[in-house]
Amino acid sequence: MTATKWEAVIGLECHVQLATETKAFSASASIYGAPPNSCTDPTVLGLPGALPVVNRRQIELALTLGLATGSTLRRRSRFSRKHYFYPDLPKGYQISQFDEPLCEHGTVEFVVDGVPRSVRLTRIHLEEDAGKNLHRAKRSLVDLNRAGVPLVEIVSEPELRSAEEAGEYMRTLRQLVRWLGISDGNMEEGSLRCDANVSLRPVGATTLGTKAELKNINSFKFVERAIEHEIARQTAILDAGGRVVQESRLWDADAGTSHAMRSKEEAHDYRYLPDPDLPPLVIDEEWIDRARAALPELPTARRQRLVAEYGLTVADARVLTEERALADWFEAAARAHGDGKRVSNWVQSELLRELNRDARTIDACPIRPEALAALLRLIDDGTISGKIAKEVFTKMYASGDAPGVIVEREGLVQVTDTSAIETAARAAIDANPKQAEQYRAGKTQMIGFFVGQVMKATGGKANPAAVNEVLARLLGA
Amino acid sequence: MASITSDEVRQTALLARLALTDDEVARLTLELSHLLGYIEQLTALDTAGVEPMTHAVPMDCPLRLDTPAPSLAADDALAAAPRRADDYFEVPKIIEAGS
Repeated sequence: MTATKWEAVIGLECHVQLATETKAFSASASIYGAPPNSCTDPTVLGLPGALPVVNRRQIELALTLGLATGSTLRRRSRFSRKHYFYPDLPKGYQISQFDEPLCEHGTVEFVVDGVPRSVRLTRIHLEEDAGKNLHRAKRSLVDLNRAGVPLVEIVSEPELRSAEEAGEYMRTLRQLVRWLGISDGNMEEGSLRCDANVSLRPVGATTLGTKAELKNINSFKFVERAIEHEIARQTAILDAGGRVVQESRLWDADAGTSHAMRSKEEAHDYRYLPDPDLPPLVIDEEWIDRARAALPELPTARRQRLVAEYGLTVADARVLTEERALADWFEAAARAHGDGKRVSNWVQSELLRELNRDARTIDACPIRPEALAALLRLIDDGTISGKIAKEVFTKMYASGDAPGVIVEREGLVQVTDTSAIETAARAAIDANPKQAEQYRAGKTQMIGFFVGQVMKATGGKANPAAVNEVLARLLGA
Repeated sequence: MASITSDEVRQTALLARLALTDDEVARLTLELSHLLGYIEQLTALDTAGVEPMTHAVPMDCPLRLDTPAPSLAADDALAAAPRRADDYFEVPKIIEAGS
């Protein structure tokens, strides 16, 4: 018997919480971490007589995502009721778009190991979130703050082929929703959640194998691990001549494994019907035009432009476009100074190091882009050395002061005055006759020792080029 | 005439969490069959080219600005709850999948 080689087929369903102030269908506030059951109203609770009214903002945010993914936007879409009973679903149904979603046929582009990949999106639809359950020993507790919060569900075609690709797709999606400002994409707080459909088929086959649905992948760390684990599980079953059972499996991050969810025979009979409380959602061309005009330059285009305009490497551009605010910061500094490549180096080495150490985002950066440009100009005109500039930068970060002010206050102006350097150089040579002798005997690398002495004497402020020149002259005499 | 089986009635009742006696199943099977027969008369009409109507009043979906209004106080939200624990609704233990 020859061993069959298996190919993984993966599709992801990602739920993204939209960054609105209020719920999807009522004006109760949408606040993460509020005291339990403090963000509800009659509509959220499904009390008799309460009627849903669509939050306009959620539509705008979903349209933005639809445009950014090149989706077809449905001019007339519909909200349906998806029926099931669960304690966190007060109405007994979830309002969700079913047969007429807002967006279809989009694409997400990303890069795996330097190779560009593209995955098609089946659909992006709007729906409301359910509440949150907490489990105690004998009872369960329900907090309905999250009930009714607007979500988009992004459904990919089963075109991902490895756990790594799925992980990269997720990271790209998270970057995109943050970039567009439609969600904070915070997985720890549940703003981004993901289910993965995984199946295997013999390499070369075109039909799909039986899939298992992995639920509850709620951390970036686990996207790839959960899928890898599932691929290994199914491979073992198929290699042993068994059959994969179609089921939902719950990923248990603590145990690093998954287990089958109790099957509910009636679970998939959701009895969708058009919500009689919500007339069809009509999007006119003017609205779409406005959303398109407000669309920011997208990450891929931005990366390409940074490479072309500032002579950056693709790797540099990738780091700088991780967040839109960082790319904005970089460009403001690059424009103010003129040498984008150098600004990029400073941002990546100095600025990101400081920010990462303090777990700060660029929005909370105490240094303004113009201030970095001013600092680099101080190096350019010889006022300070590159080494001193790094010290000044640290002080700028700590105090928020302008570089010129710090240089002035701390007396860091570079000594280019040859007579001052000469005095220090003579003193160094006189104090170290043995080393001077070695230099004169041909051991010219001893000049480094003297440069160090002069730098020490001048507090690092001497212009290195001038120091070298003076020393060579005096030692050579 | 359209008809519905008693098994379909039982399944529908299960989905709606309705506990029906055998007598009720028998009566509902008959009543629902009559209702379906009535609906079926409509299928005799030629509706080709007629857009499906999901709402009696033709109107666009009204939209609301994303401006928060006061929420209910937790005490009010929980007022009709059969049981509460602190500011949570308390329900019988939910058996999470798999355990």
